[in-house]
Amino acid sequence: MSAFDTVMHLLYLACAVSFVVGLHLMNAPGTARRGNRISAAGMAVAIVVTAAVLGHDGGATAAGVVALAAGASAGIAAGTVTARRVQMTAMPQLVSLFNAVGGGAAALIALGDRPGTTSAAVAGVPDVLIGAVTFSGSLVASGKLAGKIAGRPIILPLGRPVTALLGAAAAGLAVVIVGFGAPAGALYGLAGCALAAGVLLTLPIGGADMPVVISLLNAFTGTAVAMAGFVLASTPLIIAGGLVGAAGAILTKLMADAMNRPVGAIIAGGYGTGDAVTVTAGAGSAAVRETTADDVALQLAYAERVVIVPGYGLAAAQAQHEAASLAEALAGQGVAVTYAIHPVAGRMPGHMNVLLAEANTPYELLRDLDEGNADLARADVALIIGGNDVTNPAARRPGNAVSGMPILDVDKARSVIVIKRSLGHGYAGIDNELYTDPRTAMLFADAKAGLTAILTALHAYRSTA
Amino acid sequence: MSPLLLADLTVFTLALLVGFEVISKVPATLHTPLMSGANAIHGVVIVGVMLLATMVSTPAGYALLAVAAFFGAMNVAGGYVVTDRMLAMFRSRS
Repeated sequence: MSAFDTVMHLLYLACAVSFVVGLHLMNAPGTARRGNRISAAGMAVAIVVTAAVLGHDGGATAAGVVALAAGASAGIAAGTVTARRVQMTAMPQLVSLFNAVGGGAAALIALGDRPGTTSAAVAGVPDVLIGAVTFSGSLVASGKLAGKIAGRPIILPLGRPVTALLGAAAAGLAVVIVGFGAPAGALYGLAGCALAAGVLLTLPIGGADMPVVISLLNAFTGTAVAMAGFVLASTPLIIAGGLVGAAGAILTKLMADAMNRPVGAIIAGGYGTGDAVTVTAGAGSAAVRETTADDVALQLAYAERVVIVPGYGLAAAQAQHEAASLAEALAGQGVAVTYAIHPVAGRMPGHMNVLLAEANTPYELLRDLDEGNADLARADVALIIGGNDVTNPAARRPGNAVSGMPILDVDKARSVIVIKRSLGHGYAGIDNELYTDPRTAMLFADAKAGLTAILTALHAYRSTA
Repeated sequence: MSPLLLADLTVFTLALLVGFEVISKVPATLHTPLMSGANAIHGVVIVGVMLLATMVSTPAGYALLAVAAFFGAMNVAGGYVVTDRMLAMFRSRS
């Protein structure tokens, strides 16, 4: 190995170290930003080193360099602009989009560099397959999250037989690719099958399962990138791909556990009704106690400990700022306020935490499931904003759609206030018996309007008292 | 199996294990930035795309290279920028 090669390889090793250190620093909010920057610095070094290798070896034609530079400049511009402009509520679809293009790039590598050896072809098959499935699947997921594609499960006629047929065709093409020197036609055919399969696999998955799906697709992209690394014999790709594959796998498991649903059943799809809110007669039921913003304000002002449980309704109404203002006003009066956040409260893992951080909520107040339940057991008031299934006590009993799902024990609090637009069902499509609990009061309102009304009432009460 | 492939496989397996070890310690609060940051790390695919530049020589190959470069660059640049934006919002009480 020449001195140049040695230095380059050592620099690649330093990049790999920076990725691991960067991810490690992500385990505390105080150091996470530094971690991401260390990881970014490592990435910059990897890119510069690779440019140096290209210049040193002189293997690329002028046209190749132009194509590379043009594509990369446009990509940097597009990525940076969208990343700067995106609203925090739209984060899941953007992450999904970046995931899609990463998978697409990994698949294109094997298409462009037709694997020459058998072992490269063995890696090339999963690279194209997983990369292309991730590309089209993540685009569909992104469309669903953005509301451009209906969030409800879309079951196509003959969807499953067609998917099975695509799988069989892909298997046949894989044999051709490995056994017969990776002919271009077979590689493109495989990519085509995988793209179609990605769409067919993602369409039937309901909106509620999206946190699992985008975690899984993230793991897929990591794996595809690692496979591209095998095709090119490039260590940085293999290491980074492995790290991301592990990250995605862990998040997938955590999210599936938080819904108590097997990953396989989620992939099979067809669960839930999607984003549409079923508006049923609100105060029609006699067993439900309805309250007003004034009463809620009074109840909160007299409480010692309040736990806010934010659900999807808060994110959908973009009411995180109003929630934070209310929490701040209460804290100003000496009320201890924390947030209990269910793992699947948003549209991607940890999404709710980002929304609340955006509204300047200190991260010390953000509690996970276990910490949140400890707080709820001592709380005077549990204030649920636009959440449903994750608070349903029916989950503790067998035999219903939410059985066994870990929930926030809001019914352990002394009293419960639910801000919700209607008595409509959550994704699980079942009644929430919490709403008929005698200690529960319902404030039928959009999250934003409801919180604003409570805040106004609180200010009015304070200025008279 | 060639020694090179065996070495690559070793590296991949160890990277997976290190990933599991490091990431299982990340608290739920940071799961979105973690996923977004991991997303940015798989933007390393751009390095692979750069290597691809030495292997294409046809107009179709150049077109494919440009698209791959667009995808990879968007992934890596956007991924890091958006993760940094998110993490900048996480503030302590003080």
